[in-house]
Amino acid sequence: MTESTYRVQGATGEWEVVIGLEVHAQVTSQAKLFSGAATAFGAEPNTQVSLVDAAMPGMLPVPNRECIRQAVRTGMAIDAKINKWSRFDRKNYFYADLPQGYQISQLYHPLVGEGEIEISLDDKNPDAATKVIGIERIHVEQDAGKLMHDQHPTRSYVDLNRSGVALMEIVSKPDMRSPAEAGAYLAKLRTILRYVGSCDGNMDQGSMRADVNVSVRRPGEEFGTRTETKNVNSVRFVMAVVEHEASRQVDVLEAGGKVVQETRLYDPDKNETRSMRSKEDAHDYRYFPDPDLLPLELDDAFLEACRQSLPELPDAKRRRYEGDLGLSAYNAATLTADADTARWFEALLSEAARIQKKSEGEVAKASANWLLSELYGALNRLGKSLEDSPVGPEEGAELLALVADGTISGTIAKQVFEIMLETGERAPKIVEEKGLKQTSDTGAIEAVVADVLVRNGDKVEQYRAGKEALFGFFVGQTMKAMQGKANPQVVNELVKKALAA
Amino acid sequence: MTNLTDLTVAEIRDGFRAGDFSAREVAEGFNANVAAAKALNAFIVETPEKALEAADAADKAKAAGETLGALAGVPIGMKDLFCTQGVQTTAASHMLEGFVPTYESTVSAKLWAAGAGMLGKLNLDQFAMGSSNETSYFGNVISPWRRKDGGNAALAPGGSSGGSSSAISARLCPAATGTDTGGSIRQPAAFTGISGIKPTYGRCSRWGVVAFASSLDQAGPMARTVRDNAILLETMSGFDPKDSTSLDLAVPQWEAGLSSDLKGKKVGIPKEYRPDGLNEEISAMWDRGIAWLKDAGAEVVDVSLPHTKYALATYYIIAPAEASSNLARYDGVRYGQRDLPDGAGLQDMYAATRAAGFGPEVKRRIMIGTYVLSAGFYDAYYTQAQKVRALISRDFELAFEKCDLLLTPTAPSAAFALGEKQADPLAMYLNDVFTVPASLAGLPAMAVPGGLDSAGLPIGLQIIGKALDEQTVLNASLALEERAGFNARPDKWW
Amino acid sequence: MSIDLQTVKKIASLSRISVSEAEAEAMVPELNNILGWVEQLGEVDVTGVEPMTAVIPNHLRLRDDAVTDGDVRDKVLANAPQAEHGFFAVPKVIE
Repeated sequence: MTESTYRVQGATGEWEVVIGLEVHAQVTSQAKLFSGAATAFGAEPNTQVSLVDAAMPGMLPVPNRECIRQAVRTGMAIDAKINKWSRFDRKNYFYADLPQGYQISQLYHPLVGEGEIEISLDDKNPDAATKVIGIERIHVEQDAGKLMHDQHPTRSYVDLNRSGVALMEIVSKPDMRSPAEAGAYLAKLRTILRYVGSCDGNMDQGSMRADVNVSVRRPGEEFGTRTETKNVNSVRFVMAVVEHEASRQVDVLEAGGKVVQETRLYDPDKNETRSMRSKEDAHDYRYFPDPDLLPLELDDAFLEACRQSLPELPDAKRRRYEGDLGLSAYNAATLTADADTARWFEALLSEAARIQKKSEGEVAKASANWLLSELYGALNRLGKSLEDSPVGPEEGAELLALVADGTISGTIAKQVFEIMLETGERAPKIVEEKGLKQTSDTGAIEAVVADVLVRNGDKVEQYRAGKEALFGFFVGQTMKAMQGKANPQVVNELVKKALAA
Repeated sequence: MTNLTDLTVAEIRDGFRAGDFSAREVAEGFNANVAAAKALNAFIVETPEKALEAADAADKAKAAGETLGALAGVPIGMKDLFCTQGVQTTAASHMLEGFVPTYESTVSAKLWAAGAGMLGKLNLDQFAMGSSNETSYFGNVISPWRRKDGGNAALAPGGSSGGSSSAISARLCPAATGTDTGGSIRQPAAFTGISGIKPTYGRCSRWGVVAFASSLDQAGPMARTVRDNAILLETMSGFDPKDSTSLDLAVPQWEAGLSSDLKGKKVGIPKEYRPDGLNEEISAMWDRGIAWLKDAGAEVVDVSLPHTKYALATYYIIAPAEASSNLARYDGVRYGQRDLPDGAGLQDMYAATRAAGFGPEVKRRIMIGTYVLSAGFYDAYYTQAQKVRALISRDFELAFEKCDLLLTPTAPSAAFALGEKQADPLAMYLNDVFTVPASLAGLPAMAVPGGLDSAGLPIGLQIIGKALDEQTVLNASLALEERAGFNARPDKWW
Repeated sequence: MSIDLQTVKKIASLSRISVSEAEAEAMVPELNNILGWVEQLGEVDVTGVEPMTAVIPNHLRLRDDAVTDGDVRDKVLANAPQAEHGFFAVPKVIE
């Protein structure tokens, strides 16, 4: 555990910032929480709306099992208590994006109770600086619709496509103490959700957004009054909100003022938060159990099936990469930070091991290095992501195998990879057709080595006089003369032998 | 020839099948009665063409030798709380005036699928809130009954299903749907000398029924005989996956199971239903009912339901609380009334729309419900009420360890005059004192007419049964019906 | 406890029902009467009693995750007081 030393420097001394996040994560499901309408992003307005979502008279909610299952799995992934008896409550308020006049949520008896998430604050060495952030609860609720304000001078337009989509609200304890911790928490949470598959984590599409609770206090003193900045939709913005809001509050307090408990909105363009007075007037939500729904009771078989379906989680995977696969802490962290990357890497690994008839541990380092440097480098250049990489894990594994068995050198492999990216051809075919196979024919290599030594007699003398660094030069010249196709190990040996002669 | 509009549902069904008359003749007869009874104001919308359409379909099916639905040839009235596709559905409110659903409620769809035809949408208390049908935006429903006192005071048909009760007793329809939240089927049935059953909560789907109080609302039939109620209830009941509180159980064959032989049955008489000052005629009718059930072979036992006196107060916390939330959707955005004062913002539009769209009783209940759920009062009112509700429910469970059914009065008095109780909401609420406890416990309960009081007005009896035991409720009601021999009908004055 | 004019106005505002001064004043005794009456529940001993959750013993069913509804925009908008370009329209909201 690491104690944060982050402090806001005020005119009157140091202040500590206290942060809690309420993250709304859209549950991955085909249909909505209480209706059979689709959840897909980007549809024409009001086309993914059932009469239930539009709250027509007499319409009733029926819960979607998948949404419950995903929330339970998420709870299990953060070691949380799963409540076998929970209940839906109505949160009553009037707004144009809320057709029922209430949101079906869970206040009194949430589906998931206390859990925790371990964050690491040092990318290079994830186990060196960690902190456990407590999770208060996860409950399931309906999303609201969407209001458009810029399409008509005097009217707002209501689109109910999102109305009724299932959300998980993941409420942390006020355990974070710096912008970095808040950012690391949100990033880690997103990683977990993506591993579990319960939310796609696409913050730019609104699938995940955070309400950021911030207060400041003198180090060690009681909690101060907090503000809640709503709907912050990126890790970077969350960090900016914390930073901005903490210093704003310090300014208020140091000027002798009081922090007002209120809802605020973040403006990324101006990088500031402002008060949302329009939502202030009625904070009496009159929660009560939804009489249209019975208590939600889960049996052991359901819970067991949820548990069985959980994948290996990011921390376990990272430690396994380090321990069993022998990867560096940094590489292990990078490969496991995102579920898709880890999945890609593991496909590459298993394919490489299969082709080379080796254990995964034996091919892990080469695979990781190739993925993180060669492939990532290429994708960066091409502006693509792993998802739409022109070269798949199988093709990558074939290329790695050619290097491993000495068919081509690392240098040639880079060329082959470029050709693969350009043409979509597979490595063995490229090597074959372009005649890139490296030679281990000692006779041919000996001839070239001999020629190199003859042409560089002066350097041979210097080498023999003790300038051993020149060894690389002879090897390089030999490789160059052989257009990179000589097996470097063989070249090494033969150069050594020739120089010793 | 028999007057077709005097026939019961069973008689129409059987006569039509036997070829005694055509479905069209029946529909035309009731259409004519409906058209001639504007004075009762029982219908908000009349749909003679729908009744004829269903009748013609039934006649055609019969001629073609096709299998006939359980209600083929039977026209009925539909309480205007059930959403009907293509036909205005208002819940008797200005708020929903002009609202034409694009969907059909599960219960009404089942009735149409069984061959029933719709005579029209029946008036009711606004959003089913009321016990006298005086809260409808479309005007009071008038009971066809009048006191035999020479006066012509317009009487309440009961509420909230007052259009249904008035129409059935005036022979505008042989049967109708009702909904019952705290007595809205049983009390109007009692006021107009007909029968009606509120089944076990969860038997009839609530899908497509404009909600009042979700944990209490239950649809049920109203008709002149117990058999007719059994026939309709069989069609209206059944599991609906679209209603999370629907019971996933097979529908019993209640009509086939009808028997007025109560040998081996124990009838509980709850002493709390005979408070000091109970109307003597009501009390006497109850005693007659006890004798009739004994005569049918039942054993009578005294039971106690100690929390009965708190039932009404419990109801008037829970029902308004749920209603305040259920009615939040009427905001002028997606359907119904919109009132947009000049320069009004969204929230002003809500407040203006709801002020104009809801009547005084609806507003009163929304306000009560909002208050009891508001911060600081929730536990004292709502949580406490749900605990007392659990105690009331337990009272019934304990009583049913000693008996199979309960016999009680349905309402504390016969029908009162319109306007008589309107000034005092509390006095009006007290009308539900005998019907509310079974609603709170979700139990099946039925009203049957027992006779006329000294003023010549019907008074009824109530049978309350164990959860899911509608059969015993129907059978005991049948036993009462046979012995009461109630055949009085209002003189036609409209 | 009894409620005053200000409370009535606050409840009306929470309920989004506009009331005139006269209406609000008339509601004070009316609502007090009803609330005073329901307060008799306070005298019931509910020690150890759980609030009722399901009226009739029943289990909450969960439905399968399949798209079975939606794509009915015409039906959704059919009764709208104001619908434009496939949206419901409301007076401009300033957030």
